[in-house]
Order: sequence, then structure tokens, then C-alpha cells
Amino acid sequence: MAVMTYREALNQALREEMRRDPRVFVIGEEVGLYDGAYKVTQGLLKEFGAKRVVDTPICESGFTGVGIGAAMLGLRPVVEMMTFNFSLMAMDQIVNTAAKLHYMSGGQFSVPLVIRGPGGPAAQLAAQHSQSMETYYYHVPGLKVVRPTTPMDAKGLLKSAIRDDNPVIFIESETLYHLKGEVPDDPDFLIPLGQAIVRREGTDVTVVAYMGMMYRALEAAEELAKEGISVELVDPRTLRPMDTETIIGSVRKTHRVVVVEAGAGFAGMGSEIAAFITEQAFDDLDAPVERVTGANAPMPYARNLEKLKTPTTEKILAAVRRVCNANGS
Amino acid sequence: MAKTMAPQKATGPALDPGLVRKLLTDMLLIRRFEEKAAEAYALGKIGGFLHLYIGQEAVAVGATSALRPDDYVISAYREHGHCLAKGSDPKRMMAELFGRRDGLSHGKGGSMHLFDKSVNFLGGHAIVGAHLPVAAGVAFAIKYEARDQVIVCYFGDGAVPQGEFHESLNLAALWKLPVIYLCENNRYAMGTSTDRALAQTQIWKFGQTYGIPSEKVDGMDVFAVRDVVGRAVERARRDTTPSLIEADTYRFRGHSMRDPAGAVYRTKEEVEHEKERDPIALLRQRALAGGALTEADVRAIEKDVSDRIDEAVAFADASPEPPAEGLFTDIYKEG
Ligand SMILES: Cc1ncc(C[n+]2csc(CCOP(=O)(O)OP(=O)(O)O)c2C)c(N)n1
Ligand SMILES: [Mg+2]
Repeated sequence: MAVMTYREALNQALREEMRRDPRVFVIGEEVGLYDGAYKVTQGLLKEFGAKRVVDTPICESGFTGVGIGAAMLGLRPVVEMMTFNFSLMAMDQIVNTAAKLHYMSGGQFSVPLVIRGPGGPAAQLAAQHSQSMETYYYHVPGLKVVRPTTPMDAKGLLKSAIRDDNPVIFIESETLYHLKGEVPDDPDFLIPLGQAIVRREGTDVTVVAYMGMMYRALEAAEELAKEGISVELVDPRTLRPMDTETIIGSVRKTHRVVVVEAGAGFAGMGSEIAAFITEQAFDDLDAPVERVTGANAPMPYARNLEKLKTPTTEKILAAVRRVCNANGS
Repeated sequence: MAKTMAPQKATGPALDPGLVRKLLTDMLLIRRFEEKAAEAYALGKIGGFLHLYIGQEAVAVGATSALRPDDYVISAYREHGHCLAKGSDPKRMMAELFGRRDGLSHGKGGSMHLFDKSVNFLGGHAIVGAHLPVAAGVAFAIKYEARDQVIVCYFGDGAVPQGEFHESLNLAALWKLPVIYLCENNRYAMGTSTDRALAQTQIWKFGQTYGIPSEKVDGMDVFAVRDVVGRAVERARRDTTPSLIEADTYRFRGHSMRDPAGAVYRTKEEVEHEKERDPIALLRQRALAGGALTEADVRAIEKDVSDRIDEAVAFADASPEPPAEGLFTDIYKEG
């Protein structure tokens, strides 16, 4: 184990996979000469050269399509979105081509492609640069969608994503890049896609959260422990395919659930989790599933409004207390 | 610039009978395939959108004749001709149009999404402009692995105003990728004529903007297409130079089977006039006049082609529907 930042963990994952497999290359805006807009690709140009660390002009649709075409021929491109907000320029390539080629061709062609970069709310970046983009992608059969919360997950999941034979949407976070944590050195350390993790065991209530929201939920859990409420924290890590089993298992134990997500709540991840819990574990519930979500508004710039838009630790505390006070059978 | 098609006389170098036979066979195969597909559509055996290639056969056949079997081809949704020319099996193609188990994609793709890995035919893409960057990516991979293949990317005039056309030409030129962008300018994108869609209707000129070799060719003359594409292939293979080629062609049928006459946006006279440039009639005439083929040869080719397409229809008809499990297979590649 070594202690490193989330950013370094991603860098190490890329480096190891590029050393391991000559078919892996990185492509995107500012990934090479500039060393990465967020420095995730720092030093890769120096080690691997311009053939495998490919700077592109600003044309998300174009270079994502290039990634897809190269993947069809068996290369394993890692396409960097400078931030995921810009991936909408490539949404057609991702949704209509990458996700569907394997199906439309009856299994003849596959697209072993990773599209990665930061996404989610960031500090005062306003409506176009501060939003949860996973929502747009986890609806699509044929895509896998990953949101890694810790440095260890960032490394293990990115390595699995690169080795996966399918298109994987891998959304990091600007606000977590500096975060430090323990990361295994083993170059074959992998975390399989589609596996949730219980980050904190508890008995009274299950809180499902990921990325920045997980850290707020952790804070809330510490606070609630003082009140005698034992919170179990589940991090799905991969949103598609979702590890429903782990979540349901936790619900059967605690009988109460709060789902936290940064994005706007309408038709969000919380809706889906509430739906499958209701379908699969209705009789286990002692209270309705609560959702703590971003407000149903675009992200405002002003600091006070931004705070109102975003789920806070206080809102999580309030929701957990509500479900724990509800009188189930 | 466009060469206007004068009736071909038996001038110039003598035609190679073997080549003529191959070109005529392939063009007829496409035409019969499309005619039979139209019949099957009328009978309800093919559903959804069906876009026929009739009138444009010289482009696919001329271009493919300049390729090696291991070269790649990618196309839009009017792609039956490109797929057939590349050597795909008409039986499995027709079965795909019928939505049957033995189709190329086991009935999951349909007319607009033909794929045949065995002949390096990369599809069948129905979002206008979207496959152009993918073609650049294929060329990128070829270059990355220092192979000497090339890719031909067919698209319509309708893709030219789309951003991805420009992104792709820019990237192909910037990175010097072995891709041949072959625009089939049939003058219409559905009902929109090029002069209502493009500030620059001389599509080949966009290649000059991006600094790559570009040419316009008579898309009704299979030899002219073969020639122009042949030179582009040579450049691409030699030093990965990309090209833009504009083939001046025409679709004789409507945009799709739901636009049977195509009569709102163009006149009957125009269509009749263009049919005088029928690429198959022109080739046949030229082959006979030059002595490359006899009337009997042509009749034998026609018979052979008809038989193969009848066989394809029978094969498609006999193939069962895909099994219900097919719904959930091939969403993800396992393992
Ligand atoms: C992005 C996109 N917009 C609109 C359509 C609907 N559409 C299908 S074909 C077509 C016309 C395309 O014309 P062209 O590229 O010239 O090809 P042709 O049909 O002439 O072969 C349109 C508008 C589409 N499939 N994709
Ligand atoms: Mg057209």
C-alpha cells in the first residue's frame, strides 16, 4: 500500500495499463504537452510518446468517434473529456454508436473504450461546468458507468475499465483529485466493475451515496452515531450495471434507506434505487425510501444559491432522522 | 471538375474482359438485390426504413474494385450496395433485411445496420455524419499498428453540412490518416437539394480547404470511379495520405420506400433524364461496343445474378425468426 492522491492513483492506473498493453492509448484535449487539464495524464507523454498520448483539437464528437473506430479494430483507447460537461458534444457517438455497435452487429464488433474525465458539482463553476453527467449515460443499455469515490477505487476501477471489452463511462471529480488515500501497488490490483462496497457497517439505516456525497454521508454518520443511530453506508461504485444485491442485502438488515445524490432528483439515481428497493424488498421497509438530491434547478453561480442547490450534510442528517423516526411495523 | 458523360464509344484502351465481367456482375447483383428487396418490402417481409441504392451502383463497385479484400469499408444507411460489393453474402444480407436468425446480425440490425466482419465491412450507420469520425478512428488504428490497409468511408451529400464531416476531414488531414472520404452526391438529402443545404455545392472543394487531395468524378462511370479511387488508395497506402472524392451520381428511386416517387422535390423529367445515365446500361453498352463481352455473355451474367438473388430471397424466407433470448444477447461483450 502507498498513500497517494486520487489524481495520482488514476495516473498510476493509466501508466500501468499502458505499460502492460501496447494497444492502450490516451487521446483528448491537452492530455500530452500540457500534461492534462487536471494533470491526470501528467508525465505520460514523456514516458510513452506522442503516438500513445494523443493531443486533439477541440472536437469531442470527432475524437470520440476516433476512439470508437480504433476500438473496433482492437485498440483500447482511453478518451479523456476535459470535463464531462463537454461529453454532450459527443453524446451521439457514445449513445448511438459506442453503446450499440456490439448489439447492432450481432456481436461481430465490440468497442473496448474508456471515456474518462471529471464531472459532477464543482466549486462555483455555474450551470454549464458543474453538473452530474452520469444521469445521461446510465440509462443506456450497452454502456457501463463508473463513479469512483476513493483513490483506491479510482485505480482499481480504471484498470478494470481499461481491460473491459465494452464502452465504459468513467466519471471522476475535480473536488476529489487532491484527496489522499491508501492504494495497493500491485500492478494487477483490480476492482471488478459492478460491485458495490459497504463503506461503514451499521444496523439502523442504509445510506446509499457515492463521490462527494459519500463524504458528506460519512460526516453525517459520525454525527448520528453520537445520537445512537447506527448508519450503514453503501457505495454502488458502478452505476451500470448496478450491484442491487448488496444494496438489497443492506436494506434487509436495516429496514430504512436514504439515497443521496448530487444531481437533480427528478428521474435520478435515487428514483431508480427507490424503485428496485420497493420492487424487491417492500416488505422489509419500515419507512418510505427517502431521497436527498440536488435541487431541481440548474447550478447557480452565487455561493449561497449554490449551497441551496447542493445536498448538504445537514440535509442528510435531517433525512436519516426522519426515516428513523417513522413508525414502521 | 465534373466530366460530363458523353455516350461511350469504343475508344481508348481495350477493356479487360475479366474486369468488365466482374464489374457488371457486381453492379447487376446490387440492382437485383435492391429490386427484390423492394418487392419483399411491398409484401411486408421487410419493415421499417428501406433505402435503395439503385442508380448509384457504379460508385460502390468502382471503388471496391480498387481495394484489397483486407481493406475496410464503412457506410451510412443506404449501404446494401457497399456491403455486397465488398463481398458479403447476399443470402445473409437478405435474411438481415427480413429480420431473421441467419441474417448478418441475427436480425438485430436490419437494412440500415449491415455489418460483416468477415469482409471488413464496418456497417451500416444511420445517424447522418456520425460514421465519419469512426472512419478516421479506423484509419488511426491502421496507422498506429503500421499496417498498410486503407478505409473507404461512403457518405451522402447530406452529411456535408454536418459538423462531423468537418471534424473528420480536419483530423484526417492533421494526422495524415489513410482514409478515403467518398461522398456520393446524389443531389438530395431526402427532399433537400444541395443548393438548399450547402453554401459550397462543389463538395470536393472542402478537401482543398483541409489541404488534402480532392477530386470530383462521374459517379455513373464505373471506370472513372475505379480510377480516381485507385489513385486515392495508392496515396493512402504509400504514405497514409487521406483524400476526399465527390462522386456525381443520382438515386433513381425515392429516399426510402416511404417516398416511393420522390416527386415533390424533383420533377419526373429530371428523373427520366438522369436515368439516361444509368451506370449499368452505360457499362453494358461499352462492354459490347468494345467487344469485351458478347450479348450471350451479358445474358449469362444476368441469369446468374438473378439466380443468386432468388436464392438469397428463398434463404431469407426459410430462415426462422430470431429466438426470444436474442433480445438480451450481445448488449455487452462477456469475458
Ligand atoms: C443526424 C441525423 N439527422 C437526420 C436524419 C434523418 N435523415 C435520414 S437520411 C437523411 C438524408 C441524408 O441524405 P444524404 O446524406 O444525402 O444521403 P442519401 O439519402 O442521399 O443517400 C436524413 C435527413 C438522420 N438519420 N440523422
Ligand atoms: Mg444525398
